[in-house]
Amino acid sequence: MILQPHISIQNLNVHIGDNHILKNINLDFPDKKVTTLIGPSGCGKTTLLKTMNRLLDHQTDVRVEGKVLVDGENIYDPKVEVTHIRKKMGLLSQRPFPLPMNIYDNVAYGHRIHGKHKKNELDAIVEKYLRGVNLWDEVKDRLKSPATRLSIGQQQRLCLARGLAIEPEIILGDEPTSALDPISTQAIEELFMQLKDKYTIVLVTHILRQARRVSDYIGFVYMGEIIEFGPTEEILLNPKEKLTKEYVKGFLS
Amino acid sequence: MKNIRLVKDNVFGKIFFTLTILSISTVVFLGIGLYYKSIPLLNNSSLWNLLSSSEWKPFKEAFGFYPFIMGTLWVTAISIVIALPLSLFTAIYLSEYASIRIRKTVLPLIELLSGIPPVLFGVWGVLVIIPIIQDHLAPHFVEFTTGYSVLAGGIVLAIMIFPLIISILIEVFDNVPQELRDASLSVGATKWQTVKKVLLRKSVDGIVAATVLAISRAFGETIAVLMVCGNLAQVPNSIFDSGYPLPALIANNYGEMMSIPMYDSALMFAALLLFVIIFLFNAIARLILFRIEKSNN
Repeated sequence: MILQPHISIQNLNVHIGDNHILKNINLDFPDKKVTTLIGPSGCGKTTLLKTMNRLLDHQTDVRVEGKVLVDGENIYDPKVEVTHIRKKMGLLSQRPFPLPMNIYDNVAYGHRIHGKHKKNELDAIVEKYLRGVNLWDEVKDRLKSPATRLSIGQQQRLCLARGLAIEPEIILGDEPTSALDPISTQAIEELFMQLKDKYTIVLVTHILRQARRVSDYIGFVYMGEIIEFGPTEEILLNPKEKLTKEYVKGFLS
Repeated sequence: MKNIRLVKDNVFGKIFFTLTILSISTVVFLGIGLYYKSIPLLNNSSLWNLLSSSEWKPFKEAFGFYPFIMGTLWVTAISIVIALPLSLFTAIYLSEYASIRIRKTVLPLIELLSGIPPVLFGVWGVLVIIPIIQDHLAPHFVEFTTGYSVLAGGIVLAIMIFPLIISILIEVFDNVPQELRDASLSVGATKWQTVKKVLLRKSVDGIVAATVLAISRAFGETIAVLMVCGNLAQVPNSIFDSGYPLPALIANNYGEMMSIPMYDSALMFAALLLFVIIFLFNAIARLILFRIEKSNN
């Protein structure tokens, strides 16, 4: 069914403290497609997303068992350098979190971190990725003003630009539109549609309509387990599992 | 019945209001009282003269506070220079690097440190710090010292204020949202890069506020400083010189030599000076903290 998995999760179990958050997850995320993870609040979908770029490492008392393969490489292999893994993925969080610096520096941040400092190169990168998220025309005259002065919708696009600027292969979004107004939401969704030619996109959402609008594949997560995974139409219109059917109809949320 | 309920509510509200006013007015009365007691001295010589003169000869009615002000500033400055980097790195370690187990073990120990009576730090300074300065440190720099010096005072003070700075800093760091760190980490930054470029930048105001609070605490600390500074009414020229901070002056002399005219008033003026300095520093700290809260909303 799926041609070429970009991210492959194998026998993944995650415990936080005494809680078994993710139970025996096996999932392949198809290359250059949008996959959404849907499910009720607290079902583990955000945790699943965070295991993919190892941000879970920074929480206390977390145990991760199993494999997450990105481009065939197990990112939980102790020999793997974690910054190298994270560089492959851009992250969008629930609310925008611009770094405490100006707009320009936010986009240039990733490159500076990795040692690129030439001004003309950075200028080009900043312009390219601000254009890429349709923000350039709105901010080109105030690149040096603090990023926090932007509207929430603009901030979220800025955060996307910051993530894309490091040239990742994968975009992870954790309910990236949940704090946005409908117009900003639409702007972000349209961006995802444009970006899926080049990137593998994994989105967590609890809005079924959004999943229908943007995704090619849907995974339904419930109580820490993957109940069902398949093409969007199939999951939404013709789910095989009873739980999926109930959730899609709106009984479970 | 309903009315009694309302009357009670009203009465208790007024009682609480009165008690609040009473506790605040203590501060005001303290300030007024100190000023009132200082008037004889202020009538005797000008404020500028009192602050800038180095001559301290109570029998001749010469009261120059300059050496004491400088003693206080030296000791405080030394303590901050030592305590601030130490606390900053400790707080960064505890909030960003340490495992929850280490944090849970170390934090109570640090808080315990702030609960130890100052006089114990003074004794420890006399028994440990002063011999080290006298025998091992100072001989490399100066010809002779007793060890009783502003450096000793600064070191002892630093150890006394660093638990305060650490606990404030950890609170400041905890207030920085995890998602902001994640945003930096997710583009491949290391922890240290994230600390430098995001955490510290976001916490600048909090670090300043913690420092200012620590300074005002250091200004007022008395007993430990009194035991190790040497208490000579001179302006220190190096960190190995003795000094005589204001609080030590008051504590050492109040109640004695009251027969000397003006002496009582001079000590009250010293207390007033201390009061004003600490009041100003606290006001600055509040202002900074207020600005942080405003910018976070």
